[in-house]
Amino acid sequence: MTDQSTAESVFPQLEALLPHVQKPIQYVGGELNSTVKPWESCDVRWALMYPDAYEVGLPNQGVMILYEVLNEREGVLAERTYSVWPDLEELMREHRVPQFTVDSHRPVGAFDVFGLSFSTELGYTNMLTALDLAGIPLNAADRTVDDPIVLAGGHAAFNPEPIAEFIDCAVVGDGEQAVLEITDIIRAWKAEGRPGGREEVLFRLARTGGVYVPAFYDVEYLPDGRIARVVPNRSGVPWRVSKHTVMDLDEWPYPKQPLVPLAETVHERMSVEIFRGCTRGCRFCQAGMITRPVRERSITGIGEMVDKGLKATGFEEVGLLSLSSADHSEIGDVAKGLADRYEEDKIGLSLPSTRVDAFNVDLANELTRNGRRSGLTFAPEGGSERMRKVINKMVSEEDLIRTVATAYGNGWRQVKLYFMCGLPTETDEDVLQIADMATNVIAKGRQVSGSQDIRCTVSIGGFVPKPHTPFQWAPQLSAEQTDARLEKLRDKIRGDKKYGRSIGFRYHDGKPGIVEGLLSRGDRRIGSVIRAVYEDGGRFDGWREYFSYDRWMACAEKTLPAQGVDVDWYTTRERTYEEVLPWDHLDSGLDKEWLWEDWQDALDETEVEDCRWTPCFDCGVCPQLDLDIQIGPTGKKLLPLTVVNK
Amino acid sequence: MQRIRLRYTKRGRLRFTSHRDFQRAFERALRRAEVPMAYSAGFTPHPKVSYANAAPTGTGSEAEYLEIGLSAPRDPATLRELLDASMPDGLDITDAVEARTSGLADRLQASVWELRLDQVEPEAARAAVAAFEAAETVEVQRRTKNGMRTFDARAAVVALEVADAPDEPGDRPSARPCAILRLVVRHETPAVRPDDVLSGLRVVADLAPPVPAAVTRLAQGPFDDETGTVTDPLAPDREAVEAAPSEGAPHAAAQATTAVGPA
Repeated sequence: MTDQSTAESVFPQLEALLPHVQKPIQYVGGELNSTVKPWESCDVRWALMYPDAYEVGLPNQGVMILYEVLNEREGVLAERTYSVWPDLEELMREHRVPQFTVDSHRPVGAFDVFGLSFSTELGYTNMLTALDLAGIPLNAADRTVDDPIVLAGGHAAFNPEPIAEFIDCAVVGDGEQAVLEITDIIRAWKAEGRPGGREEVLFRLARTGGVYVPAFYDVEYLPDGRIARVVPNRSGVPWRVSKHTVMDLDEWPYPKQPLVPLAETVHERMSVEIFRGCTRGCRFCQAGMITRPVRERSITGIGEMVDKGLKATGFEEVGLLSLSSADHSEIGDVAKGLADRYEEDKIGLSLPSTRVDAFNVDLANELTRNGRRSGLTFAPEGGSERMRKVINKMVSEEDLIRTVATAYGNGWRQVKLYFMCGLPTETDEDVLQIADMATNVIAKGRQVSGSQDIRCTVSIGGFVPKPHTPFQWAPQLSAEQTDARLEKLRDKIRGDKKYGRSIGFRYHDGKPGIVEGLLSRGDRRIGSVIRAVYEDGGRFDGWREYFSYDRWMACAEKTLPAQGVDVDWYTTRERTYEEVLPWDHLDSGLDKEWLWEDWQDALDETEVEDCRWTPCFDCGVCPQLDLDIQIGPTGKKLLPLTVVNK
Repeated sequence: MQRIRLRYTKRGRLRFTSHRDFQRAFERALRRAEVPMAYSAGFTPHPKVSYANAAPTGTGSEAEYLEIGLSAPRDPATLRELLDASMPDGLDITDAVEARTSGLADRLQASVWELRLDQVEPEAARAAVAAFEAAETVEVQRRTKNGMRTFDARAAVVALEVADAPDEPGDRPSARPCAILRLVVRHETPAVRPDDVLSGLRVVADLAPPVPAAVTRLAQGPFDDETGTVTDPLAPDREAVEAAPSEGAPHAAAQATTAVGPA
């Protein structure tokens, strides 16, 4: 929010540093379909950050969508910024180059809003690095009217309390409409000459009921460390902040012009979100709980986005994204229509997130029409039938074996299975059954294919309980117990003479999960740990080579005991019904009573159905938000496009 | 199969594009421009593109070359325009000609480079260049995959001179003074790069620019010993097309920029 003089491009200074860093191309911008609008022609300016390395951040759909939605608006501009690697960070500090946007290399501190999208809590230290490099005070309370409004979004923002002291506000839910509403409020406030300064604009945002401003709420604690209550400290702000929900995805066909990077990134494909939300009701899954209700994009809407997107990008692969893509009511016609349309063009189709019970070989055949049948991936998540009832992921072993038999019979040779360790009520026996499942898969595969050359990879990681899920009350398994259980499983698989060699075993140790758990279910007291870790050099916590469990634990030990709590209190402790949870005042639409009942059902090993196909089970989202699920079928088909110039 | 030879640039901030990055961007541009590419045979067919002697990451270039194979003939001029529109600004396709000869890579015998040394006095640069030219050999070191390697940076250098700094009002005032070197170097083994020549200037005259040099390849092609110039590597194809325009494509060659200048 500063004047023109400090909004100059820092590229000349940066350029001199680039020959000394790894992969300089990630810092120069100029991607195909990127937008640079004249600074002076806009009165509301957003810097959007995905707080991880460019190679991870650039393909992020959320940032790409908001970037385009904002830049399409007259008088508004949005530029992107990503975390710089430590080699460049060091040079930037030495040569006093501030955190910059890659689009026109302007200092982040010159923008009106600094919006960060948190897919994971492990980006918090990177936010502090970026704030500091930008010259923005780390504490929201220390900022002046000339500093940007620091705004957090993304799934992790559903519990923004651990970063409450660093952010000015948070938005929960879908961002498309929310960023435009926020833009209008900021524009009006600026046009009036910024009356009341920073506090006034934050108040105007807060009173809409859809923007959470932590500074307007006080947290009171009980003597035992639990939260007594969270109360607004001024009138006019709501007791609870509600999430944003975009209803008609066909009205929001973004990204229309996906960014095509020059640097190599983790996903290089044309991604189309085919539906948002999921009502399968897997109890561990935060994404499924907080993105309800289900809203499908129509088959024709999908077809149009794929067509325009491929023309705009030249990508060779189309990803049909959602939380459980095979659940789209017309997925068969979508896959067949696209496979027909692009058969000649060597365009690959991928369907991440496919459930075992929704998989069918016709669909898989369409997806691999041109390509090889290398591997299929399924996520039963729980090793035993009992465990899968607890987590409400009702995939029976018979289903799985039947599915893999079909797959092996149709030419696939490898199946990857994902599991979690440390789920509520889990015992060693539940996890050891994973080995049995894998041997059954191999045995069936050998039998069906008549080949010994069959592989099954078991991939397993520690479960982290998340806010706004039925497991938000659950105790997390300690890192030691997680590791011990995984070792037993590994020994059992390796000890199997007949099948062991055909089973690959990949696992993540329990330590990163504990830090993620601390940040996920933490409250405002965790802010001191995040700051201490950052000050001690903590960066890129999602990266194995940078993550330091010992540093996190040492910093927690330094700051938490004085506040009467410790890491175990946040992670391995089970919460009770009465406890006020740090995120209770952020309304995801889910009824807390319903979540508690579902938690009790989990402990009783009782399943709940999917409301797409069975009656409503009163999770609370639809009446709370005055919405309804929105699914097909539309009965329409994808028409082949005229092939030009071939 | 029609083969088209293209000249392209790496300009401005996109000079930080690595060769791998360029390859991916170019193959996507081929798709966007709906170029009827010929594909290699095999399980995972690849479009037929061959690259020749790409400039290192971080150096700009006005003269990079590649060749593509098409499954149906196209007019080179139209193809150039389409492809150029499909590439990011800075990676510009500046010339296209139908390939009528073999051995494009063999014709890339020498390069002309410009080295811009910000905050270096032209006089200091002149003295260093004179010392370099006077030397029989200039031993320099470069880190390679197999460790440090020592080699002579002098023999491959055909010409090295300090050009007059152009008058660019308002352009990076802090960078004054500024020395511009113009370098002609033969492509030999081991390859001598502009960086190696800068190392050589440090060896012979202790010239150490305070900021990294901005290096740009101005031209590469056949080296004419008599005139000491680097000529246009696409000229033989252009001449062959002019002599027999009917073969293959509907039109002859197309040029977006003037031909490669003399060294």
